[in-house]
Amino acid sequence: MSELVITGLHARVAEREILKGIDLTVRSGEVHAVMGPNGAGKSTLSGVVMGKPGYEVTAGTVTLDGVDVLAMEPWERASIGLHLVMQYPTEVPGVMLNDVLAEALTARGRSIDGLTSQLRTEAATIGFEERFLERPLNVDLSGGEKKRNETLQLAILAPRIAILDELDSGLDIDALRDCARRVEAMSNEPQAAGEPLGVLAITHYSRLLHELRPDHVHILADGRIVTSGGFELAEQLEADGYAAFGSAESEQSADRPVERPGSLDDLFSL
Amino acid sequence: MVTAFSPDAARGFDDRFSAIRTAAAERFAAAALPSTNEEIWRYSRIESLDLDRFVPAESSTSVEADGVDLSALLADDEPEVIGAGAPDVFAELNQAFMTPTVIRVPHGHTVAAPIVVTHHLAGHVDHAPAVFPRLVIDAADDSDVTVVERFITHGDETLEVLVAPVLQVRAAPAARVRYLALNEAGPATWQIGNQQSVGDRDSSTMLATVTLGGDYVRARTEARLVGPGGSTKQVALYFAGGEQMHDFRTIQDHDAPHTHSDLLFKGAVQDTAASVYTGLIKIRAHAGGTTAYQTNRNLTLSEGAWAESVPNLDIETNDVKCSHASTVGPIDEEQRFYLESRGVRPEVAERLVVLGFFDEVIGQLPSGPLTDDLRSRVAAKLDIGSRQEVLT
Repeated sequence: MSELVITGLHARVAEREILKGIDLTVRSGEVHAVMGPNGAGKSTLSGVVMGKPGYEVTAGTVTLDGVDVLAMEPWERASIGLHLVMQYPTEVPGVMLNDVLAEALTARGRSIDGLTSQLRTEAATIGFEERFLERPLNVDLSGGEKKRNETLQLAILAPRIAILDELDSGLDIDALRDCARRVEAMSNEPQAAGEPLGVLAITHYSRLLHELRPDHVHILADGRIVTSGGFELAEQLEADGYAAFGSAESEQSADRPVERPGSLDDLFSL
Repeated sequence: MVTAFSPDAARGFDDRFSAIRTAAAERFAAAALPSTNEEIWRYSRIESLDLDRFVPAESSTSVEADGVDLSALLADDEPEVIGAGAPDVFAELNQAFMTPTVIRVPHGHTVAAPIVVTHHLAGHVDHAPAVFPRLVIDAADDSDVTVVERFITHGDETLEVLVAPVLQVRAAPAARVRYLALNEAGPATWQIGNQQSVGDRDSSTMLATVTLGGDYVRARTEARLVGPGGSTKQVALYFAGGEQMHDFRTIQDHDAPHTHSDLLFKGAVQDTAASVYTGLIKIRAHAGGTTAYQTNRNLTLSEGAWAESVPNLDIETNDVKCSHASTVGPIDEEQRFYLESRGVRPEVAERLVVLGFFDEVIGQLPSGPLTDDLRSRVAAKLDIGSRQEVLT
């Protein structure tokens, strides 16, 4: 079983502290949702874990099965089984999807035999039009097609742990269902390493979570996880919103202790 | 006075065109050698060229075309179809010491396969040769032709060669001419070229350039449209490494109404190489209803590499659609991260992005077996560059 462990993670962007101590563990087959309003640090969390340039880690650790992820280059993190599904997939003119996947698989020592037919099968599964397989990466794709493309790559690369950074943004309802169901299935089936996928789904809205039923929901506000719980937390958030959620949470705090430290006042200031 | 290039030398160089050779050599003798004080040579390496080291020599040139009867197309007559005078002293020297290849495509004739003109460059241990290939493409009304001009070095590549080619293209009404220059010269070759095309009513001309070789390579390209409905396109792929310099100067000259021009130049520099692009769109007062586009993009792949891009517009009428874009910078960090986040190694990610960057140009080149391996040649050059970085 694989385990992504984030401990006491602090990170800065351009001298401004964004993450102020994140603790989170994601294991194979688990689906975690990290929910938070704009500016809470959601994208920073995904960027830091994957090694996106521009972030500075000031404290804390991130490990995958005990291996120090923060010491690695992004491609090394990917090669040991981490994967990031991006909020805004980058357009890379002239670079073909199958070339990238072939290089990515080769770098992992995996075979590329049957890649073309595997791509067709996956494309059909998630409703990604086959003609888009011949396009340069993300070029001239709609927001929804880009996310289907991201999900397709996730399915082909079949990592240990996937971070979904706002998979639901820019998706219409059909695409949302197709992508979320594929991820949900991956979390129930053995992947390349023989284990089901562990998922860290970062999202603003709960609509993704109706398709991708998380086992654990965490609320991120002002760089900290202020509370964690089960799926009911997402439903509560949907009914009451982030600010209202803050007051509701304080009323409930007597009978359900907050799992992670963090000031609920953070929620009011958003 | 550089005696090897004197009027007497020109007169004795070849019996053909003796009078125009001598006249050109006289104009050269009276002219000053270029200096970087002049705007047109500002970024060039022209001052490190010592003409005294060179002697004029005949170009070793071969012409081939699969299944095409070349005898019906190659001519021995006047190697001059532009008649606008030489744009610089190297074009004068070309006039004086040229080795001409003249292709005349008859009225309504379509040449079935690309005509490949190859200049075989070779240095000499005792005297460095200066060669002056002249290629004339004279396409009559409603004719259609593709010509590829190659520059290849044979033998010891460390021996110096100066090649100063001149290309002249005349596209008569409704003629279609596609031209591709492939510079694969060795690392000790200096190339200073001039290309001119004139397109008449409803003609289309394409001038494409791929430059990977050479030490200092300069090409000045002037595409002029003189008939309504004429269109011209210029594309280039250039990639300089080591201490190479690639230097381009382009002119899109709209000298008739309702004409169209387009230009896409994409280049990369690595190690301590340099490149310059200077482009001008000229739209004359009587050239209303014209569209003109110009795009130059440059990738700087190493800290020590340098690229300059200087777009210019000179528009004398309001009735035009015109745009230009120019960029110089390293590989986009987001693109690099995107590929690396899939688990693609950094050097492979760079190769994919650079090849992808050039893909837009490669897709527009006149197709043919000569450009099939272009992607692998660019990739090989990237590998050489990254090895040099590791060593230093």
